[in-house]
Amino acid sequence: MGRWQGQLIKIDDYRWEIPQNYKTGMRVPGLIYANKEMLESMREEQTPEQVANVAFLPGIVGHSFAMPDIHWGYGFPIGGVAAMDVKDGVISPGGVGYDINCGVRLLRTGLSEAEVRPRIDELINALFHNVPSGLGSKGKIRVSEKEMHQLMVEGASWAVKRGLGSEEDLNVTEEGGCLSGANPGKISDKAVKRGMPQAGTLGSGNHFLEIQVVKEIFDSQIASIMGIDEVGQILVLIHTGSRGFGHQVCTDHLRVMEAAVSKYGIGLPDRQLACAPIESPEGKDYLAAMACAANYAWVNRQCIAHWTRESFSRVFSKSVEALGMKQIYDVAHNMAKIEEHIIDDRKLKVCVHRKGATRALPAGHKDTPTCYKTVGQPVLVPGDMGRCSFIAVGTEKAMAETFGSTCHGAGRTLSRGAAKRSAKGQDVLRELESRGITVKAGSLLSLAEEASQAYKDVTDVMDVVHRAGISRKVAMAIPMGVIKG
Amino acid sequence: MNNGFEVIDHTADVGIIAYGADIKELFSNAALALFSLITELESIESKFHLDLEVSSEDIDSLLIEWLNELIYLFDVKYILFNRFDIRSLTNNRLKATCYGEHLNIVRHTIKVGVKAATYHMLTIDKSDDGLKTQVILDI
Repeated sequence: MGRWQGQLIKIDDYRWEIPQNYKTGMRVPGLIYANKEMLESMREEQTPEQVANVAFLPGIVGHSFAMPDIHWGYGFPIGGVAAMDVKDGVISPGGVGYDINCGVRLLRTGLSEAEVRPRIDELINALFHNVPSGLGSKGKIRVSEKEMHQLMVEGASWAVKRGLGSEEDLNVTEEGGCLSGANPGKISDKAVKRGMPQAGTLGSGNHFLEIQVVKEIFDSQIASIMGIDEVGQILVLIHTGSRGFGHQVCTDHLRVMEAAVSKYGIGLPDRQLACAPIESPEGKDYLAAMACAANYAWVNRQCIAHWTRESFSRVFSKSVEALGMKQIYDVAHNMAKIEEHIIDDRKLKVCVHRKGATRALPAGHKDTPTCYKTVGQPVLVPGDMGRCSFIAVGTEKAMAETFGSTCHGAGRTLSRGAAKRSAKGQDVLRELESRGITVKAGSLLSLAEEASQAYKDVTDVMDVVHRAGISRKVAMAIPMGVIKG
Repeated sequence: MNNGFEVIDHTADVGIIAYGADIKELFSNAALALFSLITELESIESKFHLDLEVSSEDIDSLLIEWLNELIYLFDVKYILFNRFDIRSLTNNRLKATCYGEHLNIVRHTIKVGVKAATYHMLTIDKSDDGLKTQVILDI
């Protein structure tokens, strides 16, 4: 693949447009959020081409968006946002991704760095033991087929009812931890079989559980509403999704969509963009199945959060309450949702595809949780394990410009193969340890794949969305202990 | 070229290129490439066999279905295969006998968990001495 040669029109320092006439068939222009340096690597990777391809999809409104953490994905770029008019638009499983409702959950604690640092090895070992992770790991919870059907419909509350967490957690989870419209009748037997043993597991790849230290607070007022009061405070970040279950749901429905593309006569520049009208039986079936996988992922993060609290409680011989382990928020970054937005001064029902992008609602929005109503929905942006993660909030500008969406992470720059060639797992481990980060990984190979140099610097990514005004930085935390699958 | 396949890089994931004198060999080599990503092929023994049948709309989607079936069997039943006897193969149906064994964590090192075969950048083309395919896998 050569360098992407298309035209990018500078709107301001952080916004670049791919004009609609770049390719015949684009229904809207593309809009990339990036600084000048990022654009260069995007051109090298050909990602603007994928942004342009998404603009072909029927019913797309506004722009085909790319967040600054964008990288090359299947059909849709990772870091892409596209909203389709429900009336005449399409839904595309590729615009959600294989790992449906991959997302992050952030817990706060009342502990300080000074209290945790001396116990970090013990704590990481306890977590590694208590939270099933890695390839082929089986869950601690045994889920029968009947229970699998229940959890697909109920989402996180299924776990809360079984004593894994509290009602309070649900209030600070996107959609309350349950996407409506889930129908297990649209789930294949294969997906159920893949999902059952993996419920309540962290998985492998880029998924992790991280103990973090607050390093910088940018907005102390908003931070204190989140319960982040001072530098040195300990947080826990959980990043996982719907495991093999979500992958099977995506695989099954991509096949249905393949047939739908010819049935409805949809012209596509890339087969992986397969889609169907939102109101068609194929479209509705996918949305009903996707909701099942989204709910499964919320069960997963709910269980893991509970075992995390349990592990802290055991190591520090204190109750979860005494440790102040409350959930700050849980947000999805691979999802399609039917939402109402204002476009050209009129209300429109759209299906917002966020693939490697986070919902970012402003203060006052009806879906922003009550406790964050005055400040906006928390946005959680993990970086790679050697750098830092950010906590931000959604803004009015995101609502007006990007259908209430922002970035989701750092974004890869090196392939897994290249990352492994550039650093050995053992070296990555040693380097992290020299910087005071304790790591426990299922495999050293997976550690090398996730080395810092394989990712863009999340600080640059956050800087772009903050300056462009589609989210506002609240705090930054650095890792102290990491568990990788 | 070695063993009839090679592994290629892809930013977020990984790809395979497989070769074959004919379409059966191509499908067989693509499956071997898949298991070479998961573990060392040399560590897999042919202890039992399983008959598989996969159908689809065209040859491209048949290849994806075939690989996804094998991924499913590993994810759910922990079966590793190292030999594929493809008995019949048309544009929309494949019948194969697959030889392998169950995962044994003492003998097998799992390199990566492959979660899906994708249509992204999928090609099946004629090459100098037969056929060539490229598949990107989600891991």
